[in-house]
Amino acid sequence: MLDTLLPAATLIEGLRRRDWSALEVVDAYLARIEALDGQLRAYLHVDPEAARAEARRWDERAARGEPLPPLAGIPVAVKDNICTRGVPTTCGSRILEGWRPPYDATVMVRLRQAGAVLLGKTNLDEFAMGSSTENSAFGPTRNPWDLSRVPGGSSGGSAAAVAAGLAPWALGTDTGGSIRQPAALAGIVGLKPTYGRVSRYGLVAYGSSLDQIGPLTRTVRDAALLLQVIAGQDPLDATSAPVPVPDYTAALGEGIAGLRIGVAREGRGEGLQPGVAAAVEAALEVLAGLGAELREVRLPMLDYALATYYLVATAEASSNLARYDGVRHGLRVPAPDVVEMFARTRAAGFGAEVKRRIMLGTYALSSGFYDAFYLKAQRARTLVRRDFEAAFREVDLVALPTSPTVAFRLGERVDDPLQMYLADIFTVPVNMAGLPGISVPCGFADGLPVGLQLIGRPFDEATLLRAAHAYEQATPWHRRAPALAAAA
Amino acid sequence: MRAVTERGLQVVIGLEIHAQLLTASKMFCGCAVAFGAPPNTLVCPVCLGLPGALPVPNRRAVELGLRTALALGCRVHPRSQFHRKNYYYPDLPKNYQISQYQYMDHPPLATDGWLEIEVDGEVRAIRIRRVHLEEDTGKLLHPQDGRPRSLVDYNRSGVPLMEIVTQPDLRSPAEAREFLLELRALLQTLEVSAGRMEEGTLRVDANISLRQPDGTLGTRTEVKNLNSLRALERALTFEAERQAGLLAQGTPVVQETRHWDERRQVTFSTRTKEEAEDYRYFPEPDLVPLHIDEAWLDAIRASLPELPAQRRARYVTALGLGRHEANLIVRDPKLAAFFEATLAAFPQPRTVANWLVGDVAGVLHAEGREIDQTALTPARLADLLRLVEEGRISIRAAKELLPEVMRRDDPPAALVAERGLEQLSDPEALARVVDEVLAAHSQPAEEYRQGKDRALAFLVGQVMKRTGGRANPDLVNRLLRERLRNA
Repeated sequence: MLDTLLPAATLIEGLRRRDWSALEVVDAYLARIEALDGQLRAYLHVDPEAARAEARRWDERAARGEPLPPLAGIPVAVKDNICTRGVPTTCGSRILEGWRPPYDATVMVRLRQAGAVLLGKTNLDEFAMGSSTENSAFGPTRNPWDLSRVPGGSSGGSAAAVAAGLAPWALGTDTGGSIRQPAALAGIVGLKPTYGRVSRYGLVAYGSSLDQIGPLTRTVRDAALLLQVIAGQDPLDATSAPVPVPDYTAALGEGIAGLRIGVAREGRGEGLQPGVAAAVEAALEVLAGLGAELREVRLPMLDYALATYYLVATAEASSNLARYDGVRHGLRVPAPDVVEMFARTRAAGFGAEVKRRIMLGTYALSSGFYDAFYLKAQRARTLVRRDFEAAFREVDLVALPTSPTVAFRLGERVDDPLQMYLADIFTVPVNMAGLPGISVPCGFADGLPVGLQLIGRPFDEATLLRAAHAYEQATPWHRRAPALAAAA
Repeated sequence: MRAVTERGLQVVIGLEIHAQLLTASKMFCGCAVAFGAPPNTLVCPVCLGLPGALPVPNRRAVELGLRTALALGCRVHPRSQFHRKNYYYPDLPKNYQISQYQYMDHPPLATDGWLEIEVDGEVRAIRIRRVHLEEDTGKLLHPQDGRPRSLVDYNRSGVPLMEIVTQPDLRSPAEAREFLLELRALLQTLEVSAGRMEEGTLRVDANISLRQPDGTLGTRTEVKNLNSLRALERALTFEAERQAGLLAQGTPVVQETRHWDERRQVTFSTRTKEEAEDYRYFPEPDLVPLHIDEAWLDAIRASLPELPAQRRARYVTALGLGRHEANLIVRDPKLAAFFEATLAAFPQPRTVANWLVGDVAGVLHAEGREIDQTALTPARLADLLRLVEEGRISIRAAKELLPEVMRRDDPPAALVAERGLEQLSDPEALARVVDEVLAAHSQPAEEYRQGKDRALAFLVGQVMKRTGGRANPDLVNRLLRERLRNA
């Protein structure tokens, strides 16, 4: 049977050459899901028959010699907070259990137009709030490198699925690191595009001014290919930017000679595991060896980014999640009157972390506290952005660890939200500034994957991808697969 | 308002007006704006607030807001911001309303305008605090079917609304009514809103307080559920008296929201300030700030029609109408358009105006219709007036015929022929009738000769009676006088 750890780009070439059919590809992944997902729990929903039917359709069109779109017959896994028409979209929450959206998110429309086959919907922290996927109402996903550990989050299902070969690639969403951090902890590539690069229409909102959809892939080339399909302005998303989309694969191989990469002292602070620090330092040396020029930059506001994030994101979330009231969709807990129905539905439907963030955000927006919290956070956010703007006057990219630690054990941080929040200390500032960031595997610490984060100028995903690709091609990390996968 | 005036108190009123904008589609999605569609048929993920759906502003709605802002002399802000107003209610699908809040650094669409009204011959400028855009809510239905439930129709959810807020510059309930009439005429002239209070396309809330003779400001109450001009005026009168009554007893006025009860003709308290909701306004992150460039504003400014105040002045000075007639016509932009179109075919402004505000308005009022809901067209009215002018029918006949002209899709001349209303202006034929009348009523004829002018009126009436009202009255008069003088 087909090797499900092949990069998507290889699958595409093989399909084109008729080395295998779309149905064979889909079947290989479905078999792998069947074999391994009982342990991993990366998926919340898989519809094998629907996926097979779509694959057959592409095979038939290929057999008739019809022109095919770029991803014809290639499977993709999609995080369960992205709306899929007629297919359950739960956001990992009881409050949306059983809800089937009557519409496709714009990224789904674009994926379908490109020929991609929906393999299933992946697990996540409830409403993307978390860094371990333990906040899913439907149980945690496990890290394929060590089943006792978390895969990161909130796109932990997508990360685990790709890392273990349960999907060739996947879409995730990133509000404070939810693509990059699980990619790092699962040893794969995760790209958060610039805010406004990819339409958010149909992405169930958590923090609207921070949310972005992006790819989780085995290789940087795959990330470029998937971004190519989903990027671009969307008339249905007023915050999507009218910036032209370049050909992301065209310049991938051009190398990084002369590229200036900023290294921030703030990325070496306390809380950074020595193994992670060592892997990142080694990665920087590799980049220098490839011709990049390393320069010190200062990001003094980095220390404030996390606190600021938890005001901005939760404020927006408190409003975004107000619509789950039992009136129109999802869970309804009956009650004698409507106010009581709201209360009971929300009490029963939301998990502890979601409730915590709704309360925090409600407080931050309350009359008398607005200036001290929300408004001040917005000003701090501006300062974080200015830090990066200043850095980008000196350098082309900024390098930071993706996560200060490798994957932690399930249950280790669930009772300590602040400790959990620290998992995103290096990723959150990138969302606050609206910049593109990528995590690329850069080695191992204690046998667990470490990720290097590269951050670029707004809408300059191309440079990010080029540098990540150069690094990836010069190192062996992306060719490693978890033992779980090898044993299967 | 005895209690108010006796104590030398000054009524202080400010209005908050919501006008539904005349757009084809909703404020933030492509759903059609229409009345009477089956429940929940004009909806989509956006106006249903489904998870993942995002708003996109309706450019036409912004343009209508700008037309209004410019006509009110407002300062239009080149960069304005939408905000979320957070509160839970089942008719509000997202449990927040996208609106425009006023912060120093991100203002609403427009601020600081004014609208002039005339009260007792005095012209006063009522200041406009702000003009902003927002989305309407759905509608709750409470079917009386014995089942403990309510239903929600989201067809209205997301319909574009414009909110206009005045400064507390109005000094009486009558002024408030006058202001609303003038504003409604403006909105209708601009074609930005249907402006019908009864249908809910124009809604008004009022803030009212009483100022002490020494200038001390009073505590205000907000009055809601004002569904007609009459309700506005009565509710404010009631509320002013109520507040004055409280003050007379030494009881302080409580800042609260009060509801007008149309049936009992009273206001009652619904919410005090202590229970007031915290709407947790913050900038809507799903929308980028609204940028209004000068070129767009210039184009809108150039496209503004003649406004009611300008039109009123022209009617009085250039067309010679009385202020009262001019006002009645200008207050109803459809009537004004009708008036001007009639003038094109029958250029006698005062005659046309008198007909429109007199007999035509009478028929409309009696039948509860508007000018565009009848068979009457400017051309038909001009035809009818021309028949009078040419002496082919009497004024009386024309007035008699009017209801039918307004009902039937036939030219007035045809209706005149059908009903035989053509005026008798043939001297020979009329002379015969006059002779008959004089023969039959010798006594009044004698009285006239002895100097009783009133007897002539009787004789004219008899001639009219015998001719079914069709006799040309001037001719009858002349013939009668001739005969009586000669006899």
